[in-house]
Amino acid sequence: MITTDICIIGAGPVGLFAVFEAGLLKMRCHLIDALPVIGGQLAEIYPQKPIYDIPGAPGIIAEDLVKNLYMQIEEFKPGFTLGERVEFLEKQQDESYLVKTNEGTEVHCQVVVIAAGLGSFEPRKPAVERLEYFEGKGVHYMVRKPEQFRDQNVVLAGGGDSALDWTVFLAGIASRVTLVHRGDTFRGAPDSAEKVFELAEKGKIDLILQAQVSSLGGNGVLKEVSITGNDKSVVKVPTDHFIPLFGLSPKLGPIADWNLGVEKSAIIVDTFDYSTNIERIYAIGDINTYPGKLKLILCGFHEAAIMMQSAFKYIYPDQKLSFKYTTVNGVNPF
Amino acid sequence: MISITVEEYNGERRKLEVPVDMGLSLMEVLKAYEYDIQATCGGMALCATCHIEVLEGADKLPESNDSELATLDTLPDVDINSRLSCQLRPDDHMDGLVIRIKALQDS
Repeated sequence: MITTDICIIGAGPVGLFAVFEAGLLKMRCHLIDALPVIGGQLAEIYPQKPIYDIPGAPGIIAEDLVKNLYMQIEEFKPGFTLGERVEFLEKQQDESYLVKTNEGTEVHCQVVVIAAGLGSFEPRKPAVERLEYFEGKGVHYMVRKPEQFRDQNVVLAGGGDSALDWTVFLAGIASRVTLVHRGDTFRGAPDSAEKVFELAEKGKIDLILQAQVSSLGGNGVLKEVSITGNDKSVVKVPTDHFIPLFGLSPKLGPIADWNLGVEKSAIIVDTFDYSTNIERIYAIGDINTYPGKLKLILCGFHEAAIMMQSAFKYIYPDQKLSFKYTTVNGVNPF
Repeated sequence: MISITVEEYNGERRKLEVPVDMGLSLMEVLKAYEYDIQATCGGMALCATCHIEVLEGADKLPESNDSELATLDTLPDVDINSRLSCQLRPDDHMDGLVIRIKALQDS
């Protein structure tokens, strides 16, 4: 079990900066994020886009902002649990919380901060017959351990960058790779697309265009996929694995079940300190709502600063909080 | 002002009055009418959470640019009339357009 002062759900820009504001008050943080990397939307959706409204950082590229935020908080030694989704918040007898993820990780903390943006990024699932039945029995929505596909037959579906990149990568590992794509061109990444066409021409992979996987077959474990062409013709391809890669979409997920006040997929907070209706649970950044709310990174930064001042009383109940400037006191790392 | 019709998934149709002089994208118009579209990326054609299907009037729309096509390519449920509403700017040619909001079905 991990023990910390504050558990932050969401390692996007606001969750990251919250570590800094907590650190100034000598409070330690552990962050959990469903994505395998830090940065949230900035990493997953628009890493290369410039952001123009970060004070003092004009036109900063999203992934650079993430790097800078990490540099800024590094000395406060935050812990990270990445690639796991928080499922439960359990209140303990002494009012503290136990935060549990889908992979069984447990974080014990005094305060929970939800900085989860629009929720956790979940894979988009295509409409394929018996898809959910074969989850964990041959169906994978992301490639975590490429080695597990060595000398196996793999069918991938999708037309985006990740479908192309994994097709190229797995071609060197798997015994047979088939890529199924609804269109007849790939418009995302010309370089990867060229490689895929080249592998197909050389007979190293099977490329099935203008078609989609329509159903899965097997008894207990996946044995074959049925692929239906745009012309309605059906072919069956024997396979051990099916990997549909259609990107990620944010979902509020388990947060909706935690008895928090929620309005239109956002958590209602008191603007006095961005606390929710449950004591010791705060919500900051895009996930919260209040009269006049603006979904801006800079507003999330402000919310993090105010919120941490309020959380101090739960971490240091016997101490009086005195406000200090970094210009006067500097930053004192752990 | 033009009118654009949204077909709900129960088949009901709702006609929206849409201004053409306010510089809004169709995604922003739909949000203003309180459709629960996430529009995660805010209109950069990157997240596909404003995906619509054009039922009538697709031929009157400007063609998709490369970034819109690339993002549509990543989706499991695109068809020939799929568009990202953040990339459409309502103008007089779009009067009478009929759409379905795929993004609401997906979520």
